[in-house]
Amino acid sequence: MIKPLLKWLDQRTGYKKIAHEALYENVPGGARWRYVWGSTLTFALVIQFVTGAFLWMQYSASTQTSWESVYYIQNDMFMGWFVRGLHHFTAQAMIVLLVLHLMQVLIDGAYKAPREMNFWTGLVLLLLVLGLSLTGYLLPWDQKGYWASRVVTNIAGITPIVGHGIQRLAVGGADFGTATLTRFLAFHAGVLPAGIVALIVGHIYLFRRHGITPKKPLKKADAAFWPDQVLMDSVACLAVLAAVLFLVLHFHGAELGAPANSAEPYDAARPEWYFLFLFQFLKYFPGETEIFGAIIIPTLIVAFLFVMPFVGNWKLGHRFNIGFICALLAGAGLLTYLAVNEDHHNERYQTAVAQADQAAERVVFLAKANGGIPPDGALALLANDPFSQGPKLFAANCASCHTYGGTDGLGHKLDLTKESASDLKGFASRVWLAGLTNPATVASRQYFGGTKFKDGDMVGFVQGHLKDLTADKKVQLEKVIMAVSAEAQLPGQQAIDKADSAQIAEGRQLLRNEISCVDCHQFQQADATAVAPDLTAYGSKAWLLAYLNNPADPRFYGKDNDRMPAFGKDGRLSPRELGLLVDWLRGDWAKPSS
Amino acid sequence: MHTPHPPEKQDRRDFIKKACCVALGGALGAVPIAAGVGMYLDPLVRASTDNKAGLKVRVTTLDALPSDGVPRQFKVLASHVDAWTKTPESPIGAVVLLRTSDAQKPVKAFNVACPHAGCFVAYVAQIPDLTPETPGYFCPCHNSSFKLDGQIARAGSPAARGLDELDCTIENGNEVWVTYQNFQAGTAEKVPLGA
Repeated sequence: MIKPLLKWLDQRTGYKKIAHEALYENVPGGARWRYVWGSTLTFALVIQFVTGAFLWMQYSASTQTSWESVYYIQNDMFMGWFVRGLHHFTAQAMIVLLVLHLMQVLIDGAYKAPREMNFWTGLVLLLLVLGLSLTGYLLPWDQKGYWASRVVTNIAGITPIVGHGIQRLAVGGADFGTATLTRFLAFHAGVLPAGIVALIVGHIYLFRRHGITPKKPLKKADAAFWPDQVLMDSVACLAVLAAVLFLVLHFHGAELGAPANSAEPYDAARPEWYFLFLFQFLKYFPGETEIFGAIIIPTLIVAFLFVMPFVGNWKLGHRFNIGFICALLAGAGLLTYLAVNEDHHNERYQTAVAQADQAAERVVFLAKANGGIPPDGALALLANDPFSQGPKLFAANCASCHTYGGTDGLGHKLDLTKESASDLKGFASRVWLAGLTNPATVASRQYFGGTKFKDGDMVGFVQGHLKDLTADKKVQLEKVIMAVSAEAQLPGQQAIDKADSAQIAEGRQLLRNEISCVDCHQFQQADATAVAPDLTAYGSKAWLLAYLNNPADPRFYGKDNDRMPAFGKDGRLSPRELGLLVDWLRGDWAKPSS
Repeated sequence: MHTPHPPEKQDRRDFIKKACCVALGGALGAVPIAAGVGMYLDPLVRASTDNKAGLKVRVTTLDALPSDGVPRQFKVLASHVDAWTKTPESPIGAVVLLRTSDAQKPVKAFNVACPHAGCFVAYVAQIPDLTPETPGYFCPCHNSSFKLDGQIARAGSPAARGLDELDCTIENGNEVWVTYQNFQAGTAEKVPLGA
């Protein structure tokens, strides 16, 4: 039944002859492991075409949907993270395989006459694959891809004469946006793969035309490509797949950073690891000499690769070529090491990476908590999130005087000797107030130590009246602290405030009587003689907003205010920003329910 | 050529090698293809989360409906999730509403999607090519027509069933609430799809 059918097919297509030619190619000296690299690359490319096609079905190129559609693939779709992970890590494997293939071709002398054309198509293929990598890096439209791609297009822009035009064409306008994404996608999923397919056909045709360049001396008798070499190739492909699968499972697919934001600094901007050497190389070219590091030298190196077949024909030329490629790889390796090592010891970079990871995790959490992403895109989720915006607002507006747990809010350590105002981490919480009412710490830099209140009434009161307390008084003070802290209605203290409601009620009485806070502070009833900040609703959202609006209001510090700006009244921060800052200080943000 | 093994042994070894190649090749190809196809099947995987019961939405008030029983078309607005995008209050479809003389059920609601192939049907004062003059709904695609009560108006209609009636209740005195849902087109039976 099958045989006549195959015969019928063969008469019409001649497939048997083609299959025979494909399978029974002579391998001089028999199958060897060193010949597997071309096949592994072809296999990797097949993975990329298959996974790329399926990713393409879900991807949506625009500034409001690129990150969002990748988020959907990564977090919502059945097996989406796995397909994306395969695509991502196979791309990295391809770079390694390209280098191995190139090395094998050079060492075995397979680039020399009459195989020049084959070598050149291979080099163009290498460049096209790097092109795929560059264009693919931008498509998720996350901070990492966005900033790295901007660097690449800016470098293209410094090319003499044509640079500016090239940059504008690549970007699709003056700046990155939807047109950049649609153009990059068309190159990544259409133009470059089509070019690669066409060149691979030519590359394999030329390879078959000239045959394998055997590594002398031959160790065994000649053999056909099928099945020995095919088996070796398959095993090598399996090893590649196993390595990729390990990475996919280990990292749970590819990373997706926080959505791209041109207004948000991104100190963790780095290219993919295989471009790190170029990244590092640029550091050595100051000012306008950048063009040497970014364009002239790399272009000369690539140009030299193209003339290698001619150089190889000279006496010692082949050795020179091999020496050159080894030096090139060693140099790239050294630069990569320097880049990694520098980052490893760069605290600022480490903090930036930690922040980037946190932002990426946060936006996914917000999207899930919201039951989806608003039509404006995921940036809107982050823009309205106190947890994300609070630290930045604090660092930009408060950290010149205040600290937050000893840092600027973003995690960067500050020179504490220069800071003057109180540390606001846990402001109005029981712990914070306990420190404020502790004679040992009230005049420390964490509270009033750096302000003019260092010698003020509060410090005097704490150091005078709250020193060496009896056990009874200590309990009373604790109750007062509970009462004042309860005024803040901090989300983090909801449970203990509720549980301690009896002590809190007592504390309110105590602060009016025994502990006599009301001698200076106003509490729950108007008091024109009060000279210190109002304790009514102290630390609550309304209190903080009013305080930030104008700390010199009689309700707060009045004319005694020490350098604290009126952020609201003077229009330094918008009401929205003030709200985000206050919510963050109070720990009032959506939290994972773990 | 020198062969260290007798030919039949060599054949057997070759056969094993070839079988290994085929098995390995199959496995290598299967991983990316299975992963990709799995991802493509995502819409089937999540079909169980479709809201087949429909979405109860306030559409309008009784005052907006003509008292003479002439149907009127309304947008159905609701917050909904489209893939990753959660859209606040925006159109998810349309219905026609008309008053009836039934005190128990004073308003009838129909999904405007033609049950034949899903085009948008519209009210017409006179169904084309139908005598005597009959008001009803007409589909501009394949000329299906329906009477005001949603039943098929003409023999030989391309549609296999009448317009899809939706649950409709009056709440808080005069608010018209409709349980909006879509149905599979092309079948005689009314099979609910997600809202």
